[in-house]
Amino acid sequence: MGVNLEYAGREYPPTAPYVVGREHLRDFARAVGADHPAHHDVEAARALGHPDVVAPPTFAVVIAQRAEAQLIEDPAAGIDFSRVVHAEERFTHHRPLHAGDEVVTVLHVDSITERAGLAMVTTRCELAAADGARLATVVSTLAVRGADA
Amino acid sequence: MSARPAIGDLEVGQQIGARTVTVTRAHLVHYAGASGDRNPIHWNERFAREVGLPGVIAHGMFTMGQAVNVVTDWTGDPGAIVDYGVRFSRPVPVPDPGEALVEVTGVVGAIDAEAGTVRVDLTVTFEGAKVLAKAQAVVRL
Repeated sequence: MGVNLEYAGREYPPTAPYVVGREHLRDFARAVGADHPAHHDVEAARALGHPDVVAPPTFAVVIAQRAEAQLIEDPAAGIDFSRVVHAEERFTHHRPLHAGDEVVTVLHVDSITERAGLAMVTTRCELAAADGARLATVVSTLAVRGADA
Repeated sequence: MSARPAIGDLEVGQQIGARTVTVTRAHLVHYAGASGDRNPIHWNERFAREVGLPGVIAHGMFTMGQAVNVVTDWTGDPGAIVDYGVRFSRPVPVPDPGEALVEVTGVVGAIDAEAGTVRVDLTVTFEGAKVLAKAQAVVRL
C-alpha cells in the first residue's frame, strides 16, 4: 500500500500540552553539543533576558515529532516508516522556547506528492503557548520509497 | 560568552566560525534518548543493513543540531536564531569502533540591515561531500 494522497490538507486538533522540562532541555543540549551557558545555567539565560534556560534551535523537533506521530502512526495514512528518509527540516522561532513553556501543537499536512515511486510528505507543526502566543513553526519533509522503488 | 556582532561591521562572505564534530555510536545513543528518535537505523548495525544502509547512520537531526552551534557561539545568544532550515543530502555512516568527523563552516550569506537580520550559510561535509544542503540560519542581531 502506498502513501494515502487524500491526507494532504488535513489539520489535526490541538495536542495535549507538552511541558518543556529544564533537565530534559539540558540533556538535549548536551546531546547536540550545545554548550552555550544559556542552555544550562538559569542565571546566564536570565542575563540575556530569557525567563529560564533556552532551548537549542532544533529542540522543537522533540515536540513536533510527537504531533507528527498522529499522521505517521495512522495505518490508513500508508507511511511505512522503514521506507522513510528525512528530506528537509525547518524551524521558524517566533520567540525562543524555554524551560517551563507549556506547548500546544497543531499538525497540518501541507502536501503529499508522488512521483516515480517516491512520495514526499510535508507536515507543518504550529507550536503555541498556553495563552495562544505563537512559539515556533516546524516544517518537515519525509521521502517515502514505494514498495518496488 | 562573546558579545553580539554589530550588523554594520559584517560583510557577505565573511566566515563566522568553523568546527569539527566528532560522532561516535555513543553520541547517537545519547541523541536517540534525548530526542525520542529511537529508530534502530541509528544504533543497530544489523537492522540498518537489513533496510539497505551501509551501516548505522547518524540522525540527520543530530547533524543539524550540532552544525548550528557555530552560529550560537557567534551570536552569543541562542535566542537570536529566528529561522534554521536544512536539506538532508547524504547520510553520515558512524563506524564501531571508530568515529566520523563532520566539518562545519559558517559564512555570512546575506545581510538585511533594515530587518536587523543576517543569514548565515553553513557548509557541512563528511569525507569532503555535503551532508546538509541549503543549511541556512537567520539570526536577529
